[in-house]
Amino acid sequence: MNKIIIENLSLQYSDGTESLKGISMEIRQNAVTVLFGPAGGGKSTLLRCLNRLNDLTEVRSNSGRILIDGEDILDPKTDVIALRRKVGMVFARPVTLPMSIRENITYGLELAGEKRRAKLNEAVERSLKLAAIWDEVKDRLNEPAIALSGGQQQRVCLARVLALQPEIILLDEPTSGLDPISTGKVEAALYELKKNFTVILVPHSVQQAARTADHAAFFLQGELIEYGDGKKMFTAPKQKKTEDYIMGRFG
Amino acid sequence: MMKLLARNRHSVQRLGYGLITLMAMVTVVPIVGTVLFILFKGGSAISWEFLTGFPHDGMRAGGILPAIVGTLYLTIGTAIFSVPLGIAAAIYLSEYASDNRWTRLIRLAIINLAGIPSVVYGLFGLGLFVLFLQFGTSILAASLTLSIMTLPVIISTSEEALRSVPQSFRTVSISLGATRWQTIRRIVLKEALPGILTGVILGLERAAGETAPILFTGAAFFLPRLPQSPFDATMALPYHLFVISTQVPEMPIQIQYGTALVLLIFVLTMNVIATVIRSRARAKRQW
Amino acid sequence: MEKSLNWREFVITRAVKASGYSAIVFVLLIFFFLMREGLPAIGEVSAGNLFSIRWYPIEDYFGILPLITGSIIVTIGATLIAVPFGIGTAVYISEIAPRWMREVLKPLVELLGGLPSVVLGFLGILIVSPNLRILLDLPTGLTAFTGSLLLGGIAVPTVVSVAEDALDAVPRSYREGAWALGATPWQTIWRVTLPAAKSGVLTAVMLGVGRAIGETMTVMMVTGNAPVLATKLGSLFAPVRTMTATIAAEMGEVANGSVHYHTLFLIGIILFLISLTVNVLASSVVFRTKKRAERILS
Repeated sequence: MNKIIIENLSLQYSDGTESLKGISMEIRQNAVTVLFGPAGGGKSTLLRCLNRLNDLTEVRSNSGRILIDGEDILDPKTDVIALRRKVGMVFARPVTLPMSIRENITYGLELAGEKRRAKLNEAVERSLKLAAIWDEVKDRLNEPAIALSGGQQQRVCLARVLALQPEIILLDEPTSGLDPISTGKVEAALYELKKNFTVILVPHSVQQAARTADHAAFFLQGELIEYGDGKKMFTAPKQKKTEDYIMGRFG
Repeated sequence: MMKLLARNRHSVQRLGYGLITLMAMVTVVPIVGTVLFILFKGGSAISWEFLTGFPHDGMRAGGILPAIVGTLYLTIGTAIFSVPLGIAAAIYLSEYASDNRWTRLIRLAIINLAGIPSVVYGLFGLGLFVLFLQFGTSILAASLTLSIMTLPVIISTSEEALRSVPQSFRTVSISLGATRWQTIRRIVLKEALPGILTGVILGLERAAGETAPILFTGAAFFLPRLPQSPFDATMALPYHLFVISTQVPEMPIQIQYGTALVLLIFVLTMNVIATVIRSRARAKRQW
Repeated sequence: MEKSLNWREFVITRAVKASGYSAIVFVLLIFFFLMREGLPAIGEVSAGNLFSIRWYPIEDYFGILPLITGSIIVTIGATLIAVPFGIGTAVYISEIAPRWMREVLKPLVELLGGLPSVVLGFLGILIVSPNLRILLDLPTGLTAFTGSLLLGGIAVPTVVSVAEDALDAVPRSYREGAWALGATPWQTIWRVTLPAAKSGVLTAVMLGVGRAIGETMTVMMVTGNAPVLATKLGSLFAPVRTMTATIAAEMGEVANGSVHYHTLFLIGIILFLISLTVNVLASSVVFRTKKRAERILS
């Protein structure tokens, strides 16, 4: 079932950098969709459109539609706060907020008006378990999150998103700064997550793309070159450009 | 030849370095000297009676309590107006304003506010607060005048502190469903607080030591009692020091040094607090 | 709940924005009230009187020339002291001093910036001027030179921190490039670093000058307060009276709305316009050191 429908989406930043050119694609529910391609291809821009984080950036023009559950989220009347709770995001660098591990997790919930202690505690435990970090931090929840290792921090960031019980999770090269073991843990968490969430991942390597993709989309210079089943994409790509990239001939 | 040149170059280097070092010392040593000298000279004047008594015998004897209390009132009054306004303006510049013509105009205005001579602030305060708004020569009028003078210091230091908070914190907070203001209040302000505090204290330190802006807006030559309301005029340490060192003949030197010392301690304490807050925050900062 | 959140967000955003714009409002207010109280003087005092060399308000002589020259001579003196020492100290702190020394010097210079000018004036009267009188064999120690000396000290912190900031902003690679070409550190400072920081240093000088012109209490206390036209170098060692000191000394005693009162405001307008010019120039010279300049000004 399609969770997100993107129709003819175009975007250009004010400084003329990275843009999207007429992207149309459908993103399936309960699957990992991977957006890959060389840097500057528009992958991150597309992610940032899905939770309207581009509102923070100076955008010159933005056209097209993004339907999530049938509603156009680019509509000015959209409640962006509610949208961002529904569409969570994990960034390339693990950025824990300058507070304790627990407060990092409850931050979004408290903003949403949740004050009940029990609910908050339950959310902390549930989301940390889901992000596969509970065992490592359960005894130090009140310590500053910054004291954790990079890999642990990134999983706390993931848990922070999960605490809001989103429907869609965006991950922008979430393992780019991590060692292989931490990367493995994050990827394993992703595998669990897709049972209940729609996951959109910008991987940090083609290998990671191939490992994780149910569906894959290849972006080049703001254009969607090829989109289809993940397994087929990495064994038998249809487009020459895709093949060149996967084979490591550029990028 | 080359060797000679090289030796020459090195003696020029040594001479130059020596000269610059000397200049820096000539600049700095008198500062330390001034402070130590007043500490030394004024120390013997300080007594419980001096700090808590009223002046008498035409200010040639007694204490300086009304001046101490007055400076305290003026500093607090200045803080009440300038701190919220200054921090809010800094938040606007750092978090909301885009780089357009209006923002540049605001920045130019702040630069100009910072450069206006303090005595001109006094004239302005006289024209607007004392006469036009009819606050009279009062703590209120003087505090308002000092507030506007202090504003640029508070705005600029606070803005710098706010801008030093990593952008990624804001992005993450927004992505978790926070509004812009929630992000500012819960993350940005909290992290920038030591920097803001440092700026606020340095600004108030200047206000506490100023004389010219309060000359015609709130300072009293001599008052037999403490001010009772914001609409009363007040004595103040810097003005009192000015008065007793230039306007009162046969003023005992001890009282002059004592007053200078109390003013200096007032200002130094604020300065040290600001410095300590800043360096502790730097040591603690993890981003 | 969402509704009230939006409403609060809206109100706060507006309040914050208004606070930002208040800076413009205050500058306009200051200008307006100076004009309101000062412009009548132009109608009341003839141009011949105003631009004469006699300032003696009790007999209706309102010649502001001696006050202007007084300000100029004291400021020039202060600049001649503050600029070399200020830039020298900045170079020392940024280029030469070991790290621990820097950590000591920077707060000390900041401390000098925070010393109340009335304390410096007090020491000027008590220590500097009597010693100068003996040293230079003058009839009085309360002279323009005494004022320049102390004012130089007051302007130094401004010059130091703005200039130091400009030096700091010079990329390290410039210096490394010069060293690689065989320049000594000293040559690097003179031929590479200082020229590269030129505009920032110029800003520092201008802000220092602005600081000196506007200073009031110290000059009022130590320059002897004689409104005499300063025309030659010797005037440096005679008593003078600056614009700022005139306002501070006389405003307390004039009747509101009198010619004298209006003329003092007129002098205020002149000071306001001077500081406006200096600051607009200083801020247009350079953008890199803008931030620090804003903070440190005055």
